[in-house]
Amino acid sequence: MKLLQVNDLRKYFPIQKGIFQRTIGYVKAVDGISFDVQRGETLGLVGESGCGKTTAGRCLLRLIPPTSGSFIFGEEAVDLAKLTHNEMRPYRRRIQMIFQDPHASLNPRMTVGDIVGEPMRVNRTEKGTALQDRIVELLESVGLRSQDTRRYPHAFSGGQRQRIGIARALALQPELIVADEPVSALDVSVQAQILNLLAELREKFQLSYIFIAHDLSVVEHISDRVAVMYLGKIVEISDAETLYQSPKHPYTEALISAVPLPDPSAQRKREHIRLEGDVPDPSQPPTGCYFHPRCRYATDICKQETPELRQVASGVQVACHHSDTLALQGV
Amino acid sequence: MNNATPLTSQQYVLRKLLRHRSATIGASIILFFVIVAIFAPLIATHDPRHANIVERLKGWSDTHYLGTDGVGRDIFSRIVYGTRISLKVGLIAMSFSIGFGTFFGAIAGYYGGKLDNLIMRVMDMMLAMPSILLAMVIVTILGQSLTNAIIAVSIVYIPQYARILRAAVLKVRELDYVVAARGIGASNGRILLTTVLPNCIAPLIVQATLGIGAAILDAAGLSFLGLGAEIGEPEWGAMLNENRKFIRRVPLAVTAPGIAIFLIVLGFNLLGDALRDALDPQID
Repeated sequence: MKLLQVNDLRKYFPIQKGIFQRTIGYVKAVDGISFDVQRGETLGLVGESGCGKTTAGRCLLRLIPPTSGSFIFGEEAVDLAKLTHNEMRPYRRRIQMIFQDPHASLNPRMTVGDIVGEPMRVNRTEKGTALQDRIVELLESVGLRSQDTRRYPHAFSGGQRQRIGIARALALQPELIVADEPVSALDVSVQAQILNLLAELREKFQLSYIFIAHDLSVVEHISDRVAVMYLGKIVEISDAETLYQSPKHPYTEALISAVPLPDPSAQRKREHIRLEGDVPDPSQPPTGCYFHPRCRYATDICKQETPELRQVASGVQVACHHSDTLALQGV
Repeated sequence: MNNATPLTSQQYVLRKLLRHRSATIGASIILFFVIVAIFAPLIATHDPRHANIVERLKGWSDTHYLGTDGVGRDIFSRIVYGTRISLKVGLIAMSFSIGFGTFFGAIAGYYGGKLDNLIMRVMDMMLAMPSILLAMVIVTILGQSLTNAIIAVSIVYIPQYARILRAAVLKVRELDYVVAARGIGASNGRILLTTVLPNCIAPLIVQATLGIGAAILDAAGLSFLGLGAEIGEPEWGAMLNENRKFIRRVPLAVTAPGIAIFLIVLGFNLLGDALRDALDPQID
């Protein structure tokens, strides 16, 4: 059952110059992406920094206004992109966010109890002792203790803070959680704990996740399907297993080759694809396929024509001119 | 930290404050002046406004602890009553400037755009003039009285608070926890009051303490120039002005009000400094 359908989401930031703030161009942070999220599913959204994945996530929650596109949400099929600020209110409860930096995402002047209780106070879902009980219940469900409610965020470690952030996201019993790189600021050992917690909570509360990350190895563990973004566009989207075993886009292949293998001898034998150069400036993207200046399989057509995202197998979409002929290396 | 019963935030701040040495000293000085102000009629030995021309320009003695001024009024009693005026001026002026400054600064910083530009350009215009000059202009327009001096000082200090608060709000409003508050559906007013402003308070407190001192100084300055307290009122600044002609004959008549002004300003500064540390959750 479909929970969210995103169609052609775009977010352009104007570049303004001079005293009259004349618009001289646009940074196409998100340039027409479409995907869907099924109920109970985790969709991984992967790409390098600057590819627009965080912007896409924030647009979905209407934390920044999208330039265009539609988000069809829930059984009632409401287009969230068209709602006014007030009409959006009831839907905000159903989509929540987990932030990347656990040191910046918690108000340092609120106690943990206040932070976790704030969503319920704002939306008037609980009050009095019921609110207190619910706060304790939420903290316990993310592995914190009831006596932590009166402490301040600075007294907690990064992993514990991220658990507080997760408890806050769960407070309104959302259906969809946009997790914006929830583990990239944490130690590897703590990353695993948080990933396991997220997986456990997904089962317990029937959550769906949009899991944003820059690291395929993190996404691999938790995602059912993965969308790979490059310079504001989705270049490949397919179920996680297929993506890892037989990537269809050269960029995906390069990302996968950067994931370390647990077996050192296999790791040594494997060919390592090193991408040349950096992500191009999104205000002046290359012609044709955005990836062609860094792609080792690029031909003339790649420089001229922009490949569209097309279906190549059941549940597998890719935006590459040569996806049929290339035999790319997976894990 | 792992006590069986964790402290509430207020208890925590209070405990940190009590352990802070400048807090104790500053608070003691302020408390001393507050007690003096409250019990002024009991402490004063003479009527502060009563002139006794026979006793004029006396040095310190058993009857006049700090001597008498040019018309024979008891300086000790005038200083005691002057505490009331200075505390009143400092607190009222500061409350007004903080209130309006916070309001304008928070609105300008949070909403930005044209409103921000309008508010801050008006503030810049006010800041372009020296504060005592602006205060003199305002008093001249309103007429000479202590109340008008307080109003003038309040208005003059609004831009400082507005600027400090705007800068703090600009920094805080982009942080993830503000985005998070928006994400849970909190209204702009609520975000501003519960999330943004509490995190902007530290720089405001520092400025407020310096500001209470500055307000007391400026009001004394206005009185010194004859634009504040009415003639004959036991106001420290006015006393400095009245007695400066006699500095060689009775130095105490000038130094005593000066020292009083110095001490009260010092007290507020020390306390404010300590409050800043106590309110910062990162300093233990």
